[in-house]
Amino acid sequence: MIWTLALELAYWQQTAIKLVVVALVIPTAALILGYVFLMKMMSFMQSRLGPMEAGPYGTLQLLADGVKFLQKEDVFPRRADRYVFALAPVVVLVSTFLLYAVLPMGPDAVVSSLDAGLFFALAVASLSVIGVLMAGWGSANKYALMGGMRAAGQLIAYELPLVLAAIGVVIQAGTLDLNKIVLAQANGELFGWGAIGFPYILTQFLGFAIFLVAVQAELTQPPFDMPVAESEIVGGYQVEYTGFRFLFFFMAEFGTAFAFAGIASVLFLGGWYVPGLDPASGWFNLIGPFVMFIKIMAVSALIFWFRFTFPRLREDQLQKLAWKVLVPLALGNIVVTGVLKVLV
Amino acid sequence: MTVTEREQRAFIAAAAADARVNVELETEGMTLNIGPQHPATHGTLRIVARLDGEQVVAAEPVMGYMHRGYEKLAEVRTYPQVTTLINRIDWLGSFANEVPFILAAEQLMEVEVPPRAAWIRTILFELSRLANIALFLGDMGVQLGALTPVFFAFRDREFVLNQIEAVTGGRFHPNFDRIGGLKDDLPKGWIEETRGVMAKMRNFCDELEDLLMGNEIFEARTRGVGVIPADIALSYGLSGANLRASGVDWDMRRDNPCGLVHDQLDWKVWTHPDGDSFARYWVRLQETREATYMVEQMLDGLPAGPVMAKVPVIIKVPAGEAYVATENPLGVMGYYVVSKGDLGPFRVKIRSASFNNISVAPWVLRGVYVPDVITILASLYFILGDIDR
Repeated sequence: MIWTLALELAYWQQTAIKLVVVALVIPTAALILGYVFLMKMMSFMQSRLGPMEAGPYGTLQLLADGVKFLQKEDVFPRRADRYVFALAPVVVLVSTFLLYAVLPMGPDAVVSSLDAGLFFALAVASLSVIGVLMAGWGSANKYALMGGMRAAGQLIAYELPLVLAAIGVVIQAGTLDLNKIVLAQANGELFGWGAIGFPYILTQFLGFAIFLVAVQAELTQPPFDMPVAESEIVGGYQVEYTGFRFLFFFMAEFGTAFAFAGIASVLFLGGWYVPGLDPASGWFNLIGPFVMFIKIMAVSALIFWFRFTFPRLREDQLQKLAWKVLVPLALGNIVVTGVLKVLV
Repeated sequence: MTVTEREQRAFIAAAAADARVNVELETEGMTLNIGPQHPATHGTLRIVARLDGEQVVAAEPVMGYMHRGYEKLAEVRTYPQVTTLINRIDWLGSFANEVPFILAAEQLMEVEVPPRAAWIRTILFELSRLANIALFLGDMGVQLGALTPVFFAFRDREFVLNQIEAVTGGRFHPNFDRIGGLKDDLPKGWIEETRGVMAKMRNFCDELEDLLMGNEIFEARTRGVGVIPADIALSYGLSGANLRASGVDWDMRRDNPCGLVHDQLDWKVWTHPDGDSFARYWVRLQETREATYMVEQMLDGLPAGPVMAKVPVIIKVPAGEAYVATENPLGVMGYYVVSKGDLGPFRVKIRSASFNNISVAPWVLRGVYVPDVITILASLYFILGDIDR
């Protein structure tokens, strides 16, 4: 049976399989999100067709772009800090890789089921700040430096609402383990009717909204794209990157979007669980990834919808939004959730 | 003007004090070149900004990267040939560039233009305004990070360009205005089509009002950013929507129509008291809508008759001097034409709107943040061809 398969393999075999799967999933996720949302959804919202030539309906456009990036010369600016400059995209991409390590796609379909999985995910997500700062500093470019500084300020500011928004769920589920959070939602009862589970978006809607806003800022997407702002600082910390190093940034951005959408669907939308089935069933290892994929695409659609609609905030305005609106709201949410948890 | 100088001196003193503090704290400012190759300058404008962190201490626009010497070139062309050149000054509203020059030449020759020609001229003048300002309305979104409005602008501007092309044969460079009238009459069925396009443009304005102008982030980014008071606007010679957004009720179309038929139409000059970036956007949006009503009125009242007066085949303009200025999409555009009775002008001085509009940049850019530099430049709305003739 498929869900026992993993248990019969040796440790090194399991690890090899997981490595290959994650290494394949990130570019695939970046390709899917890039094609479906960045190219097609954006085009249709802007009354144009988007790419139509490479493959049917332009499906292979991003592959063609990827090949183009690989062919480009690996350019270093003359005064760049070479090692920092070269390492920065890798650091950013590694933080994306680590995010996938705890993302559960089924009861056993997870690379590493940690007791503090949520804590781990939110912690490694903030590693990308280091890479961004390295890119901004190492490029020896004024625009890049400004972008890097803006990114550091923004990512640190939005780390807090991101974590605080997730804590409401943690209080309600009573665990930091992502898989147990899914199970808590699957076994939960909706108005005393237990068969269909209880996705936390119903009680934690405020948390969900704050989480999405903070994710938007973590991904440096409009309306929080001040660090890359093409029309102002011409791409910010990415301005000097070409070829496969730029591809790394691109993959990290969309891979992280996919992973964060996954974490949001685990926390708020019930993860891999489908109402009506027994959550203990091993079949979820098989259908879980597909369920997750649908939910991730739904959350990503929201993220990218914001991206294509809003103008960007100035950095003082987005700091104000984080510290004066999102953090107090999230704290209030925690207080209310905690009180209700004790009382009910 | 005295207020300005006093304010400037106070500002310089404050900046010097800041600089002393910076020296004591051992921090130094940074000089940032925004441009000549920069997406926000849509062309080759260079802004040298002295920064303290993200704050602009002093900024100066450097012009001339696209200087093409049209004033000098016009001296070695005949009068009909000059329109080909001046088409390319404000390349988004080309036809409007031709009008003041032709009007000046007609003034010197004392030619009476047939009424139908004057009306069609005004229609095309307003259509080029629509084509020009529509792009601003979308482009402002791009400068602020909203990607969608500019595509709506390109989509709907295309209808206007199609109408211009149907009459003149040229989408961007019509070269259609002649001394004494126009090259051709309107094509068949054009009037009805244009009515449909005007409805589409009004729809476009409503769309942008919802999508961009009504957006809270857009308001937060533009309200109170880049405020130009009325006296500063007047002393720097601002014109067009930039001036009207500062609350100065001055429009050449109403105040000095000189040959165009705006005075025979029922329309309103929009002004806004605030003088900030939002006001400039708001005024332009209202003007776009007003222009569609104007075109519809002109389509209704179009007189019959010829479109060309009797002028000699070889045009020689009698000796004399004439200055004609019209309210072009970007502001007041004027031509000072000096003729010595030859086939071509002896000297042409072009007063283009963007050159004066951008000259306020050092005043308005000091003390703002780097993102606001982009907002202010976008809202001042210049075309590089119009700055460097």
